[in-house]
Amino acid sequence: MNYKIENIKQITVTKPLKLDCGQTIKDFPIAYETYGQLNEKKNNAILVFHALSGDQFVAGTNPVTNKDGWWNTAVGQGKAVDTKKYFIICANVLGGCMGSFGPKNLDSANGEPYGLKFPVITIRDMIRAQESLLEHFKIKKLLSVLGGSMGGMQLLQFCALYPDKTFSAVPIASTASHNAQQIALNELARQAIMSDPLWNKGNYYKDKKNPKNGLAVARMAAHITYMSDKGLQERFGRKLQEKKDYEFTFDADFQIESYLRHQGNVFVDRFDANSYLYISRAMDYFDLSKQFENGLVGAFQNHKTKFLIISFSSDWLYPTKNSKDIVIALNASGANVAFAEIKTDKGHDSFLVNEPEFLETLKGFLDSNFEIFKNEK
Amino acid sequence: MKNEFKIIVNLLPAQSRVLDVGCGDGTLIEALIKQKDIDSRGIELEENKVKQCISKGLSVIQGNAETELGQFPNKAFDFVILSQTLQAFYQPENVLNELLRIGKKVIISIPNFGYWQVRASLLFFGKMPVTKFLPDSWYNTPNLHMCSIKDFYQFCYKKKIRMDRIIGINNEKTSSINRVNLEMKNLLSEVGIFLIS
Repeated sequence: MNYKIENIKQITVTKPLKLDCGQTIKDFPIAYETYGQLNEKKNNAILVFHALSGDQFVAGTNPVTNKDGWWNTAVGQGKAVDTKKYFIICANVLGGCMGSFGPKNLDSANGEPYGLKFPVITIRDMIRAQESLLEHFKIKKLLSVLGGSMGGMQLLQFCALYPDKTFSAVPIASTASHNAQQIALNELARQAIMSDPLWNKGNYYKDKKNPKNGLAVARMAAHITYMSDKGLQERFGRKLQEKKDYEFTFDADFQIESYLRHQGNVFVDRFDANSYLYISRAMDYFDLSKQFENGLVGAFQNHKTKFLIISFSSDWLYPTKNSKDIVIALNASGANVAFAEIKTDKGHDSFLVNEPEFLETLKGFLDSNFEIFKNEK
Repeated sequence: MKNEFKIIVNLLPAQSRVLDVGCGDGTLIEALIKQKDIDSRGIELEENKVKQCISKGLSVIQGNAETELGQFPNKAFDFVILSQTLQAFYQPENVLNELLRIGKKVIISIPNFGYWQVRASLLFFGKMPVTKFLPDSWYNTPNLHMCSIKDFYQFCYKKKIRMDRIIGINNEKTSSINRVNLEMKNLLSEVGIFLIS
């Protein structure tokens, strides 16, 4: 999570933003990255929303981690979201740790990091904060908004708040409200972080002794939920990690143990534990139906946006039922909606890995809607 | 595009709202949008066909019409189309009631089990018929509730469903069906199209 600021593009949001918790923030940074070129008519822009552990570095090489961008399978030259054709924008969410306003930023009142003094934020706050990016690029209407998991929640919130600002929308493996199981899993992750003595009630920035163990356990637990039973079994089974027999210790005998430990360890180098608390909290508070008198149906009433909802058959974290609830609400409100459940063993992570059926569907939808959108004006 | 779809395109007024139930690869929806600027949606069970529809930019949802029409509000569409699939549902009567609930009008086409070739197959050969519109054998057909044009006519009559138009298709020829010519058309039509409400 230590990065060179020259690698990060930022805008400063000067407009005061009244948060759902009641506090008002202003003059705060939102970090973003773009890919491809915005065309003259400004009708080829796609706004991508990242998931809980993501950042603005969607494609190519992430300049901070030197690894592939988190959606490199889908976004790039000649890929499903073709950067030769489209202009992709992605912002780091409010509360994040990759250059946007978050708990590790310094409080101008005392020059100290906010830590837990950072206001508790919601998905709606994230969207209101990001909207300034459209003004920044002078884009009146996006071709599409895309997002998986928490990205899909942001997307639904965006469509509900700004129905005229996007032509189409693709929420992937997502939900319109966090259910008990999803909240429970986030709580597990938060407790892992907060029980690490180094967390120190959120004050760990000064000594640079981050609650790495707690955050790593949180990441390990989350990682299990991103894969399916069958996917895990096929990849790891009971295979041992570079050894012929059990060692009768608590070291990582099994490959799956070693894999999870590795995932935990690499995560703590790029992510701030407090950000994890804040962002996961925002997901738990998310319930789009609560914002409208008519429930979820009211969120999309009289909308012209063309929706494509995608779910994955083996995703048990955000199962098809969550996506279908969105489809049902959209249909009930007369909105324009397509829906596909992709059959795969790759679990919730299907949208991040190479899943041809998914990528082809996404590409077909974007390309055909670009043709319609171009001719609309 | 098959003759049946051409007839359906002609039946529908421009700029109406239409749901195509069991829309397949979206051929009909595409024609409705292009030729008549109709706001068309579809529902289809097969993942692969849904993908084809989405790639054409069509608003098609993957789902089972038998169980999932409940999500649409009353009279959500001007027309609901069900092309040659009524006989494949477990409970065709329930599906039909749902179609009439969500659509102001319903267009239903049925492969006619009263067609002379079908009758001849059973009468002369003692075998379940295999024809152009009934291409499967008895052991692998998805069809559970076959009926003839006359059966469906009498069903609508009994259930007090209004029949606005009935069209019979035999090869490229089409003809209007009414109470008077019902017996003859039931013998000579391969497919019957009913506009009901």
